[in-house]
Amino acid sequence: MSAAAIPATTTVPAPTAKHERTPLRSWQQALKLTRYQLRDYLFSRRFILMMSIVAIIGAILTAVVGYYRPAAFLSGSDAFYSTLWGSGVTVVIVFAGVIFGGDAIAGEFQNRTGYFLMGQPIRRATVYVGKYIAAFVAALTAVVLFALVLLANGSYYFGAGAFTANFGASFVLAVVYLLALLGATFLFSSLFKTSTYATLVVAVLFLFGFMILQALIQGLAHTTPWYILTYADSIIGGVFNASCASAPGTHTCTQPGPGGEITQTVTNATIPEGVGIMIAYFVITAILGLLSFEREEFS
Amino acid sequence: MTAPSIVLTSLTKRFGSFTALDRLDLKLEGGKCVGFLGPNGAGKTTALKLLTDMIFPTEGECFLNGISVQRERMRALEAAGVLIESPEVYPSLSPTQALEMVADLRGMSRTEREERIPAVLAEVKMSEWAHVKVGKFSKGMKQRINIAAALVHDPEIVVLDEPATGLDPRGMSEVRSIVRDLKKHDRLIFMSSHILAEVTDVCDEVALINHGKLLFYDTLENVTAKFSAGHSSVDASFARPVPERTVADRLAAESDLLKVEQLDPRRYRLQFKGGPAVQARLLRKLSDEALELVSFTESKSALEEVYLSQIEKGD
Ligand SMILES: Nc1ncnc2c1ncn2[C@@H]1O[C@H](COP(=O)(O)OP(=O)(O)OP(=O)(O)O)[C@@H](O)[C@H]1O
Ligand SMILES: [Mg+2]
Repeated sequence: MSAAAIPATTTVPAPTAKHERTPLRSWQQALKLTRYQLRDYLFSRRFILMMSIVAIIGAILTAVVGYYRPAAFLSGSDAFYSTLWGSGVTVVIVFAGVIFGGDAIAGEFQNRTGYFLMGQPIRRATVYVGKYIAAFVAALTAVVLFALVLLANGSYYFGAGAFTANFGASFVLAVVYLLALLGATFLFSSLFKTSTYATLVVAVLFLFGFMILQALIQGLAHTTPWYILTYADSIIGGVFNASCASAPGTHTCTQPGPGGEITQTVTNATIPEGVGIMIAYFVITAILGLLSFEREEFS
Repeated sequence: MTAPSIVLTSLTKRFGSFTALDRLDLKLEGGKCVGFLGPNGAGKTTALKLLTDMIFPTEGECFLNGISVQRERMRALEAAGVLIESPEVYPSLSPTQALEMVADLRGMSRTEREERIPAVLAEVKMSEWAHVKVGKFSKGMKQRINIAAALVHDPEIVVLDEPATGLDPRGMSEVRSIVRDLKKHDRLIFMSSHILAEVTDVCDEVALINHGKLLFYDTLENVTAKFSAGHSSVDASFARPVPERTVADRLAAESDLLKVEQLDPRRYRLQFKGGPAVQARLLRKLSDEALELVSFTESKSALEEVYLSQIEKGD
């Protein structure tokens, strides 16, 4: 192309007719933002990473159970799900929280995408909520995939009745747990302006921190740290009432031990307690996260 | 439609004990382009971020079309298109999707979106890339998308922080033509820049700040008339090296000549006081066949001289 072919100046046609514009309400903006954010998630490498994690965990469970056929798991669907789904899904949820939520807010600062959004007539809170919903939907996709893997296994061993009411209830509890965990993740994410810190803190806290803390408090102070989120998550496996040790509530269990039987008092969260704690986590972290983000400067 | 306006009242921003912006008062009104000048760290970006509620003022307030940015961010920013500090688009979105997001958040109808998005992408010469993910774009390509995003909703007020950052020479000239075009449509443009030629070219008025304080705000003509009464300088280039002595001898009788500085063996900078008459006399004295003068031009623009003298005075 010769230089002369390039027009030196272009005049853009002025918008011909003045279009009517109705400014959106914040909740409408939040949903719009969710859509674009979700698109960003679903086509991102992190989504593939998350789905691979679920696939790997699912494959390991399937292989181990298929190879060893542990009688205790296969005695009934409740025992099966209580252990495999109950412990597996919390790991999936923690990973999903870290992967989709860890840098959700921190990344807006670090990757400078927040500067793009904040030039728009949108409240900070709207950005927070829109991103939360997107992260929730993305994480939920991972949870659903994991549930499908377990249901597939379940129907292999137990036939048509694999989807039980207990599994349904446990799934709902897992979703509530996801709400709470993601709420906390977003709070940490908005407290840090660096993605790596935010992700690291959330990962360490939820993968070991809370569990170590819970064990320490239980071991040293002999009280139950009901206020720790990981204490509440036992209800996801507990709802199946599959074993004395995992059943919700406080009770005395007898287990075979080295010198005869051991009697032990087990304290698990009851279902209402667990749900209450999770919802409290969700509400409190949402409020704190929103307040902290509202005061955040894009400097 | 009333004239678009930007008002900053007693705008102050402190970072800890450091005052980045000190009681800045500024009132811009009408369809025009106002250049926002000042050295690095003067507080330009700080002021523009306050104006768009990215950061919060220690004191003072900003208004866009009379609506307080601090109290009603949503309503105030409706009228504005903003580009501050080279933001990033979500990397997995294409330019079209990114602009759709902006248009969507701003409540533009489908028909308006379909009309405006291709138009602004054409304006920033990115039509070819309309459906490619932004993630791998070069800095200048991203900046073009940012400019498009600031304009897609055809805002009445346009706030640009160094819009030419990262652009190639053609991109810079395109920005100028975009700004000129906006002015034709009665838009108010408030634009920070370090490129004085760009400011001289497209701005009607300039505001200069240093150390967070406003030094002046006036029309371009007033500013250059008021402040450039002092000395000027011209650069003379010769076809081949000329000894310093020769030049000095030629101009020995010139009492208005303040300084002769050799830039390289073929080029000299002459500083003098007085206007065009003196400049013409200097030109005559150097332009004979023996010296082979090939060019004789003002070494700095009027605005540059004002800028430098005012900044120096404050330091
Ligand atoms: N978040 C912050 N914390 C501390 N100081 C800051 C912060 N942001 C800006 N500053 C300081 O405020 C001053 C003004 O910065 P600003 O970015 O507004 O300058 P500028 O005029 O835009 O400069 P440039 O031409 O280099 O872009 C600088 O001294 C800078 O160090
Ligand atoms: Mg700046």
